[in-house]
Amino acid sequence: MAVEGIDGRGRVRRRAGMRLWLSGLWLALVALVALLAPWIAPKDPLMQDLFLGRMPPFWTPGAEPGFWLGTDSLGRDVLSRIIHGARVAMTVALVAGTITALIGATLGLMAGFLRGWVDLVISRMIDIWMAFPPVLFSILLIAVLGPGLTSIIIAIVVIDWTRFARVVRAEAMAQGAMDYVASARVAGRGRIGTMLVEIGPNVLPTIAVLLTLEMGIAVIVEAILSFVNLSISTDDPTWGGMIAEGRASVHQAWWVLVFPLVTLFLTVLAFSQLGEGLKDRFDPVLR
Amino acid sequence: MLRAVVLRLVTTAITLIGVAVIVFVVIRVVPGNPIALMLPPGATEEDVARLTALYGLDKSLPAQFLIWVQGVVQGDFGTSITARQPVLDLVLGRLPATLELSVMALVIACLLGGVAALTGTRRRDTKVEGAIDVANGMALSVPDFLWGLILILAFGVLIPVFHISGRVTPSLDLPFATNFYLFESLLRLRFDLWADIVSHMFLPALALAIPLAAIIGQLLKQSLKETMHLDYVTLSRTKGYGENHVILREALPNAVLPTLTLVGVQFTFLIGGTVIIERLFSYEGLGNMAIDAVINRDLPLIQGIVILFAVIFTAVNLIVDLTYAALNPRLRHGG
Repeated sequence: MAVEGIDGRGRVRRRAGMRLWLSGLWLALVALVALLAPWIAPKDPLMQDLFLGRMPPFWTPGAEPGFWLGTDSLGRDVLSRIIHGARVAMTVALVAGTITALIGATLGLMAGFLRGWVDLVISRMIDIWMAFPPVLFSILLIAVLGPGLTSIIIAIVVIDWTRFARVVRAEAMAQGAMDYVASARVAGRGRIGTMLVEIGPNVLPTIAVLLTLEMGIAVIVEAILSFVNLSISTDDPTWGGMIAEGRASVHQAWWVLVFPLVTLFLTVLAFSQLGEGLKDRFDPVLR
Repeated sequence: MLRAVVLRLVTTAITLIGVAVIVFVVIRVVPGNPIALMLPPGATEEDVARLTALYGLDKSLPAQFLIWVQGVVQGDFGTSITARQPVLDLVLGRLPATLELSVMALVIACLLGGVAALTGTRRRDTKVEGAIDVANGMALSVPDFLWGLILILAFGVLIPVFHISGRVTPSLDLPFATNFYLFESLLRLRFDLWADIVSHMFLPALALAIPLAAIIGQLLKQSLKETMHLDYVTLSRTKGYGENHVILREALPNAVLPTLTLVGVQFTFLIGGTVIIERLFSYEGLGNMAIDAVINRDLPLIQGIVILFAVIFTAVNLIVDLTYAALNPRLRHGG
């Protein structure tokens, strides 16, 4: 999906490059903030002070010094909560994204290359999965598994493996028909060996693109679950939880909604742009 | 063709049964006894046992499933534990709200995407097309949930022109006989009510529409630009027709088919998105009821709603496939 394409290839490449760099830079920043959260957050994200409730951000009249982005209704520092919320977001993105990719891609590879009854079972499962509304499915799973980071990760893996399986299956089918696969078989490689050693590396670029996109989706899913109050315990700062609180008090304190929303927006946009940028880079037509 | 249709119906049935089994198993693993939640504090063991038996929760899983299937075949989806009303009545009562929202979103998406594609084609290879491409890319990258929040801030708080919660202003007197408020207010020529309903529905519908509009815009523009190079288009140009006529009358009818198929598939994603968007805008539809049902551990209700969603999804997919087969001559034989 070449979003740009105004004139010639040079321009496309340059813009795609910039997109990659900007997205990568933002994500690196978020990851760094997540790692260093306890040392760089100006306040304790859980510290409440009812006398300092709903203080506006620093440039507005009535702001409280030290609370740069204002406070929420319980007097907790918005900036510190965003910084600590990055930890949950990044953990979910990395862990859930990677496990989903591993499981989904393996199933897709098996279905696409081994075909037969394996393909039949996996394809039918994908059909069934596609008939579930994903948000409702994830909420249902969290209700079953109980709140917590592990539950969120499991829910994302259980729901989103089809994203990888569908695409990798199609890719593996296309690769399986190629000559190099036939010659590997003639040269004496077994079916499983061919699948892992010959086809696997050739579907890796596709998996990398999907994984980047999946990380953005995982961040959103975590935010949605926090929003409906089913994420990790309500005290721990998460972007979605902050957004839920901000939505409820949007007429009294816009900053409680705006700052976590902007952070989440940029992060999701960055993952998505990074994925699209990688897709262009791997696309032989644009190379 | 007939064989393909039958095969498709069979796989659809298998999918629905699969969904039913999975939901049934999953929600019965839910920790937290719904019966305990229903009874007042101080209820005796016997009360618990009696209610458990009443809802059939004391039987084995396969037995419960069979009883449930028997009921469903007769149109009985069980009784909601929290609302104490038949699940079917509750679900059908909320379905119109969700359908109206989804269809409104679909219409907005087609309009926005169509305008973007046509403008992009008319002004191709200019800065305008570049701007449209960038806007499309942004709209695609961010899901409906975030667009909803941004719209709440922009048009509910910053410039408060639309309502941001509910389906209709609660103080209004509603004369409606059905739950298709939007449709019925038009039929009854109550434009005051219609305006109020639209003002409530517009932002959630727009939030759902934005990502789909981007997809439509991209694909339609792409196929329009491809069509613009074909001989018959050049011919109509040499006949002296203007650029607008060429795009709208000559290129568009031929470019629209691939987009239509995609819209069908994407429409199911849009319907899935209503769950969280309804929650975000406190819109009284199926999705909002579903989230409440999960939080309240209302097993029969959860089951009914998920099955209904699955039926809608597979029905939309089925219709898309059959329409495509009917419209595309290459698939008409043998399929």
